[in-house]
Amino acid sequence: MEAEQIVVSDGHVSLFVASLLAGAAPLVLAAMGETLTEKAGIINLSLDGTILLAAMASFITALKTQSLIVGFGVGALTGAMAAAVVAFMSLHLGQSQVAVGFVITLMTKDLAYFLGNAYARLPGPQVPTMPVPWLKDIPGLGPALFQHTAVTYGAVLCLAATWIFLYRSRLGLVLRAVGENPQAAYARGIHARRVQFGVTVLGGLLVGLAGAAFSLSVKPGWGRPQGAEGIGWIALALVIFGGWHPLKVALGAYLFALLQMLGITLQGLWPSIPSQVFQTAPFPFMIFTLVFMHLGERPEMERWAATRPWVGRLLRSLRARAPQALGRPALPENPL
Amino acid sequence: MKTPSFRETIRHLFWILVLALGLSSAVVALSGVSPWDAYRHMLLGSLGSWEKLAQVFRVWIPLTLCSLGLLYTFHIGLWNIGVEGQVALGAVGATAVVRWGLGAPSELVLPAALVGAAMCGGLWALAAGLLKTQAGVNEIFAGLGLNFVATGLVLWLIFGPWKQPGIASMSGTETFAEAYWFPGLAGWHVSPYALGATAALMGFTAWMLRATRLGLALKAVGRNAQAAHLLGLSPSRWMLLAMLLAGALAGWAGAYQALAVYHRLIPNISSQYGYLALLVVMLARERWSMIPFIAFFFAALNVGSIQLPMMLRLDSSLAGVIQGSLVLAALAVQGMAWKRSKSS
Repeated sequence: MEAEQIVVSDGHVSLFVASLLAGAAPLVLAAMGETLTEKAGIINLSLDGTILLAAMASFITALKTQSLIVGFGVGALTGAMAAAVVAFMSLHLGQSQVAVGFVITLMTKDLAYFLGNAYARLPGPQVPTMPVPWLKDIPGLGPALFQHTAVTYGAVLCLAATWIFLYRSRLGLVLRAVGENPQAAYARGIHARRVQFGVTVLGGLLVGLAGAAFSLSVKPGWGRPQGAEGIGWIALALVIFGGWHPLKVALGAYLFALLQMLGITLQGLWPSIPSQVFQTAPFPFMIFTLVFMHLGERPEMERWAATRPWVGRLLRSLRARAPQALGRPALPENPL
Repeated sequence: MKTPSFRETIRHLFWILVLALGLSSAVVALSGVSPWDAYRHMLLGSLGSWEKLAQVFRVWIPLTLCSLGLLYTFHIGLWNIGVEGQVALGAVGATAVVRWGLGAPSELVLPAALVGAAMCGGLWALAAGLLKTQAGVNEIFAGLGLNFVATGLVLWLIFGPWKQPGIASMSGTETFAEAYWFPGLAGWHVSPYALGATAALMGFTAWMLRATRLGLALKAVGRNAQAAHLLGLSPSRWMLLAMLLAGALAGWAGAYQALAVYHRLIPNISSQYGYLALLVVMLARERWSMIPFIAFFFAALNVGSIQLPMMLRLDSSLAGVIQGSLVLAALAVQGMAWKRSKSS
């Protein structure tokens, strides 16, 4: 490998940041959706398949109607419907959220391939870039931050909206109370199961938008594989990684996109190794982080970290507690 | 939960079939093809001839092996989503033994390959188990992460150290010498030895779960880990044992794929049988006696669906849609029964 090929100039950095923000956008949307859902105490494990199904549905819709808005709408609806099934089966029929979510993720994936088969590799509409006037001309920063598609801006807005909703609105407070203790919330006059149902559907809506963002913007088109496979699982892991806090979850999403891009760069260094090997690299990283988070709670680790301030800071920043009622099915004794 | 009566079981089965068939038929109709045509081609493609039936059994063997392994982890309440990776590692173990044991007589190499496969699959599962019990990583994410790592490992081996001389391609490693193929019988399209071994392992698993201390311990921990702990059972040790057993069985599924089906290591060696096995065990509601039948039905769907692209230009993933809707319908019917018992 020649040295000058690795030299990164100013233009390269802008381009790198720009593609990082754009590439992470669907992941941010999906992870925000799941953060909301899990904050209310429900695990929606169906993300991976739902994203694919929504990607297929919105691509075909946009292709047939030639309208991106309708495409995104159908994608959101698809995600909301899948989430509604998870919520209904777990909240009203008392089934395990993990079991239902897992079945739906496998099924929706196959459904997407089956129904999308006739539309594979067709050119279709694509979200155009929307440079922000004036701001786009700032050298370096402009091309990096202000020459994006509506999807990329939308992801950042969604992140901000999720934070405000959770921590600065009354409904967010209700939602968090339900996720911690549905019984107590119920006793205070909150219809806990209804809140959980609503939030799960809302979260699914964002997951559906993430799918639409893939097939209409980030990896335009439809095929088998589409290129969004595995992203749902990443989003689920990011919610844990980020400790159920939207800002940290989103940070994780951008970090993950960075890892994936580094993987592409590394592939340039070893072209004989197939790209899939590098695409798997973030997964061990995810496991290590989860291990590290757990170790951070051990007293011996805390003692060790006491003399190393940066370790302590890292441990504290990773420390998190899951919503208390997370994943608990509707049991006969607490139907609410 | 009380065990449903025979009549209830039949009624449940009826509703599960109605729901699942309705859903799948609607999906097929949506793609513009008559559901009847699709089902007919799938039936003919799976049971239409002895050769097709042998194909079904070729899928049935690894699927049943994975499902039997999952019984151990389901009983103790673990979501062993990492079966895919365990199958892949089993195939890697078997391939490694065959490659390194070159020249040795196959009577030595093949048993060693089976041991290697069980060990690799078992250790891969043990890694997920240790992450769960020692490092607090939820087994779903540990298993899933390791699945992706296993995929990466297989690809690296195929394109790196084990690549075919001269070229590296997605078609896999070099084909094993015929002496190291899993033995079959002339005139049989599927190895009767493998069929017999799978049936024997089925009996063994049933015995282990019903008649031994292990079965009791797994059930006790699965029902209530804290109570089991108070009774002197160590939940994490039993969890690791359950993972080890599940991984070993999945490893054999991988060995079968490499030694008997493909005669080499290919990128998609697990063929998603690990994920499918999770559906089998869920539909069987963890009863070992149901597993061979459901696995056979699922295998038939998989084999039959290969006809769809050729005959009707449909994607073969219809099999997955039917399998998924069956499990989903079963969960829904189970939930309805739960709801009724609650209100009565």
